[in-house]
Amino acid sequence: MPRFGIGGTERWLILVILAMGAGLGLLTPSFLTLSNLFDLLNASAVNIIFGVGLLVVLVAGGIDISFAVAASVVQYLTAMAVARLGGGNWAVGLLLAGTFGTLLGCVNAFFIHRFRIVSIVVTIATYNLFFGLLMFWSGGVSIYDLPDWWTTRVVILGTETAGGHAELTLTVLVMAACVAATWLLLRRMSTGRQLYALGDNPEGARRVGVDVGAMHTLAYGWLGLMAGIAGLMQAHYAQEVVPNALYGRELDVLAAVVLGGARLGGGRGTILGVFLGIILVAITQNGLNLLGISPYAFKMIIGAIILAAITLSSEGAGRLIGSWRTPAMRRAA
Amino acid sequence: MLQLDRISKRFGGVKALDDVRFDIRRGEVLCLAGENGCGKSTLIKIISGVHRPEPGAVMLFDGRSIEGLDPAAARALGIQVIWQDLALFPEMTVAENIAFESNLGARPRLVRYGRMRAAAARILGRLGVGLDLDAPLRTLPIAQRQVVAVARALVTEATLVFMDEPTASLSQAETDALLAIVRRLSAEGIAVVFVSHRLAEVLEVCSRVTVLRDGRLVGTFPTEGMTQTRLTELMTGKTFDYAVQTRDLSGAPVVLSVEGLSRAPGYADVSLTIRRGEIVGLTGRLGSGRTELALSLFGMAPASAGTVTLEGRPVRFASNREAIRAGVAYVSEDRLQLGLVQPQSISDNTAMAVLDSLLGPGGLVSARRQDALVHAWIRDLGVKAGHPGHAVSTLSGGNQQRIVLAKWLATRPKLLILDSPTVGVDVGARAGIFAIVHRLAGAGMAILLISDEIPEVYFNADRILHMRDGRIVGAYVPGETGIDAIEEAVHA
Repeated sequence: MPRFGIGGTERWLILVILAMGAGLGLLTPSFLTLSNLFDLLNASAVNIIFGVGLLVVLVAGGIDISFAVAASVVQYLTAMAVARLGGGNWAVGLLLAGTFGTLLGCVNAFFIHRFRIVSIVVTIATYNLFFGLLMFWSGGVSIYDLPDWWTTRVVILGTETAGGHAELTLTVLVMAACVAATWLLLRRMSTGRQLYALGDNPEGARRVGVDVGAMHTLAYGWLGLMAGIAGLMQAHYAQEVVPNALYGRELDVLAAVVLGGARLGGGRGTILGVFLGIILVAITQNGLNLLGISPYAFKMIIGAIILAAITLSSEGAGRLIGSWRTPAMRRAA
Repeated sequence: MLQLDRISKRFGGVKALDDVRFDIRRGEVLCLAGENGCGKSTLIKIISGVHRPEPGAVMLFDGRSIEGLDPAAARALGIQVIWQDLALFPEMTVAENIAFESNLGARPRLVRYGRMRAAAARILGRLGVGLDLDAPLRTLPIAQRQVVAVARALVTEATLVFMDEPTASLSQAETDALLAIVRRLSAEGIAVVFVSHRLAEVLEVCSRVTVLRDGRLVGTFPTEGMTQTRLTELMTGKTFDYAVQTRDLSGAPVVLSVEGLSRAPGYADVSLTIRRGEIVGLTGRLGSGRTELALSLFGMAPASAGTVTLEGRPVRFASNREAIRAGVAYVSEDRLQLGLVQPQSISDNTAMAVLDSLLGPGGLVSARRQDALVHAWIRDLGVKAGHPGHAVSTLSGGNQQRIVLAKWLATRPKLLILDSPTVGVDVGARAGIFAIVHRLAGAGMAILLISDEIPEVYFNADRILHMRDGRIVGAYVPGETGIDAIEEAVHA
């Protein structure tokens, strides 16, 4: 990995996004306005927070599908905790949500490492466990009377433009902080490089002395932390806590992250890729809306884009033509 | 410097090491010799902290006890291992692979890419090799990855470096360069433990050789005055009374005839014939194209050019299913992963390839027919198994290999391809397996025996073909050409 270079997948995504942006700009006058672009970012921020958290787990060679319902659990726990604390504020909210999220992530890490269960099996189980517990215990009832600090929109940057009022909200600021922290972890910290090593060659990592248990705890704990924060911000954005609001979100995020070049199986994936993957999906959705195309077509089109992207990426194309690594090379790897 | 005593290790019911003693001095180059499966790798894993020995072991480093050694502690002592499978990270750059050590440690800290590159460049300079530091490792050919693995071991202050088969895939020039490095390390006071099948190399570079056989210590001997023949005897525990077993089969009908077969990448322009009852040995280094050729003959990797004729009829297999039906059987190189379904029973594994022939009324597999088949093969091949219903993973290596053979023999093949049939099989069981192979050949089966152990093909095959870089570069008849000459040609 060149130090600050951009990989092939990312370059390709940037080209596609630019092409789509230009096309949509020509077709609909409202697409290339500052207010639309800012809204796009506001709406994508929660998914990007989820995405960078999930990237950490994917890079380490695992997978987690429980994080979105875990975020719903965190929303409920945080809402109840701040009510008991007499209101709270952003600092308390972030601290509580982050802590609850990390703990839920560590539950996954515990089962995956301690009992050597494949991560997808553990997280399918905890996905059902978390969601079932939440529905049973909340009775499916939403919470609307959240404290004011939680539901009031916080604008950090607003301008009047010809196309209308354009503003960036607190969610985007929190997202920026999460992205920066995850970038620091994965790119600049020694522990991040150990995560990559673990996903790249688990036996090799074990042999050089990477602490596998600590890495699992870090990866799933980090995703839990990000999920907790994302949950808090999603409730802020929606101004309510609905138990099944995030149900199904895990697959949307996973698809976008894989679109961004992260490899299921570990060792490969970048923050920029996650960002671009999620933005690409968001632009597609936004563009379809602006073009007046049925929202029912959305999932179908996203599915087709992901299939096309993965087939056409260099490795997929190589596989279509024939085996690009000889068995001897594969053994050596 | 390092002294070990009373080292034992069990894996399940198998004793991989039994009461082994080992010692090495500072700056010494020592060879660890023994056949596949003799416990060399297990011993290395114990010394590097990957495995713990059974209680009662004594481990001393500079006179201090180092019990409870883990990989980090072993590295802190300067013990470095270059694994045979290299244990590198394919997605990372050359520089990061070499200097990965600097990322270890429980305390997180900032990664210093600049320092890592500098360290990697320095060590590659010391080895006299130029590599692109920013290239992802996966883009490098295997010989260069080997160099990266060596460089990684040297990047920190090493006191003891293990090299597990470091030259298996290197050319002679690359090997000479590596041996020069080994001598330089030794002169710097670093001890090197060298594991190699290439005995000439061992005798050239090492001062002492420790020989293991079947998990037990045979002894530690000075290499001065040691000959290759004597070393082979120590390793196998047999005075080599193996006789060359060639037969003149030029009158027998041809079973397999291959003309100008090519597949890129893999092999090119391969021509060979195998007659009824003939055992043809195919040898060559790892990556020489042997396995790719075998897979093509078995219909799993179609050739791009050339013809294959089986019993006079041209064949072109689209899948291994067709190959099996035409009478080709392939006992794969990797028995544990590819040859057997480990958790399944001995019986199910034996019957796996011939389920079609066991169908009873209603198109279901007849239990009675399966039992009859399995019992017949277990008796015929002398498998030591408790009950056919037990999982195949409960068997020893030699008996597992017999079950793989039984599975394929049940398909009644005309051509049997054996790819490295004795890897991980102990010495006693090898003789048993080859007795079966000779019996099959005697009954008229054509056999292609693939192995990188020259003695194995030399003492079992009627003819030997030597493959290098995907081409057949030599053909020998054991006895007419001496074993040393063939060893030299293959390892040159």
